[in-house]
Amino acid sequence: MSEPSRPRADSTPPGMAFERPIRELESQLAELEELSKRTNLDISEEVSGLRTRLAEEIASAYADLTPWERVNVARHQDRPTVSDYIERAFDESFELHGDKVFGEDRAIVCSLARIGEQRFLVLGNRKGRTTKERMSYNFGCAHPEGYRKALRKMKLAEKLGLPIVSLINTPGAYPGIGAEERGQATAIAENILAMFSIRTPILVIVVGEGGSGGALGIGIGDRVLMLEYSYYSVISPEGCAAILWKDAERTPDAATALKLTAPDLRELKLIDGVIPEPPGGAHRNPAAALAEMRRAIARELEALQKIPTDELLALRRRKYRRAGEIPGRFPVLD
Amino acid sequence: MTENEDIPKVEDDALDDEIAGEGLGPAPEGPTATEERRSRQRWKKREVPEGLWLKCESCGQMIYRKELEEKGMVCPACDFHFTLPGRDRVTMVLDEGSFVEHFADLGALDRLHFTDQIPYSEKVKKTEKRTGQKEALICGTGKIEGRPIVLAVLDFTFMGGSMGEVVGEKVSLAADMARQRREPLIIFTSSGGARMHEGMLSLMQMAKTSAALATLNESGGFSICVLTNPTTGGVTASFASVCDITLAEPGALIGFAGPRVIATTLKQELPPGFQRAEFLLEKGQIDSIVRRANLRATLARLVDFGQGAFVKR
Ligand SMILES: [Zn+2]
Repeated sequence: MSEPSRPRADSTPPGMAFERPIRELESQLAELEELSKRTNLDISEEVSGLRTRLAEEIASAYADLTPWERVNVARHQDRPTVSDYIERAFDESFELHGDKVFGEDRAIVCSLARIGEQRFLVLGNRKGRTTKERMSYNFGCAHPEGYRKALRKMKLAEKLGLPIVSLINTPGAYPGIGAEERGQATAIAENILAMFSIRTPILVIVVGEGGSGGALGIGIGDRVLMLEYSYYSVISPEGCAAILWKDAERTPDAATALKLTAPDLRELKLIDGVIPEPPGGAHRNPAAALAEMRRAIARELEALQKIPTDELLALRRRKYRRAGEIPGRFPVLD
Repeated sequence: MTENEDIPKVEDDALDDEIAGEGLGPAPEGPTATEERRSRQRWKKREVPEGLWLKCESCGQMIYRKELEEKGMVCPACDFHFTLPGRDRVTMVLDEGSFVEHFADLGALDRLHFTDQIPYSEKVKKTEKRTGQKEALICGTGKIEGRPIVLAVLDFTFMGGSMGEVVGEKVSLAADMARQRREPLIIFTSSGGARMHEGMLSLMQMAKTSAALATLNESGGFSICVLTNPTTGGVTASFASVCDITLAEPGALIGFAGPRVIATTLKQELPPGFQRAEFLLEKGQIDSIVRRANLRATLARLVDFGQGAFVKR
């Protein structure tokens, strides 16, 4: 559970302070490039020297980010959103709205999409880029109708033989009165259960925030990947610090304790792989991140579609039955 | 009313139940909360001497302990169903002597080396010692009025019934047993949600238990879940909400986000009765509310309606 509130758009959150030297070099470089354009002075040597220093600075700053810093990168306002991926990394998309029972939850997007000749259904948590969009998408926090919409479209994909790609980026499912009245827990639970029986390949990619049950509600897949600087956690570090430490100041400690980073989760064998980001994170070079996403989806779907469906479903269930387990620790009743 | 001078302060581990799961939010503060915790602490430690009064969590009435116990821990004033320790639940539900416990030796591992104010491994050890159990889930086979069933009970007195790796595994194993034995699966929940100390391993139990239920469903199995006070977070949002029949005890708090989480987020008071069993029934979220006194008989009747389970049609 997390609060949907976010720091104001124009302020640098304290967790991003590690980027200050990078930002300084970036603005120096921009000034220098501007100067060279304006004056025709030959300062290419200075520019390339600065570029090298910047690349080194980025490499060293990003080489050992703390988990809390990674959470901040995952939440960065310039990081590509699910809408960016759908609109700019795919060749075509057509959005399908509504759960056809209660309403339209804009926090979850479902679109028919295409990369080259590969057609698929894409689901995702939509956060929005402008303040207006963020409000209308409820900061990426879905209501039950969002999960029910996703299930409805997944059943369509199953019928049409389209694989499913789910792009996760949510602080968590919305904790509110209406959401509870309409069965938030049941909506999530039903999706998780149903996704074990959907007879088409499912690829899950955590692209930013993997917020607890809210993420898992569209997050069961044959392959679960995470972008390098995304995070996936049972609770937000803020929530965990408030409950277990009773102290918001301990949020960075909670982020470390929770083992929520992509490398940690790979190590625990809870995810299947990590998609590398451009140096300095996806927010520094969105175009490169979009291109990498496009390649990754095409590659993974092609591999998944080679597996016979019965086998795919058996593997999917076994994967979660044995997720992160120490071999031989638990009895097996087959 | 007797305020006991011999229990000077609320010990920290009395709070553990509240805060081990992710769903209930930060522990409540203030004098009312403290009094409530004292009462719960005494009950948990079985240190309630004869003749002592307990405070009802729901209506605030002081109740004579013996009267409460005679009524199966149900408030005589407001009918609130107190959280039952897991062992008491097993005794209450099953025919005497019919319970055979399975997988009791599976204990939690501190896979993340998680430390908040004390190391998780120590917390587990202390809880094991106090409860005589290795984990928060009790499962096995037994009979209800002669009908064989597989039973899984979440015990709130063990780290608030929070779901870590072993709890998820045991729920899944119970589903497997039900499938193999072709018997109905009956689950009782009381839980603060996924156990934060096990990080993503605990979140993944929502998926694991669902995978097991999916396989049980495919074989035509029959499952009933009884939601008891409180059931929140990742437990509500997984196996507890997708059994074939969902029952609840009167007054039970049931939700995804606990009321304290919602009140903090919305910064407003919640409507009276919000997230209680009666509220969920009215909103169409559960099948029925069953009083504790009628539970055994009701489950027996429902099991009889499930005789056609496991039959291929
Ligand atoms: Zn009462």
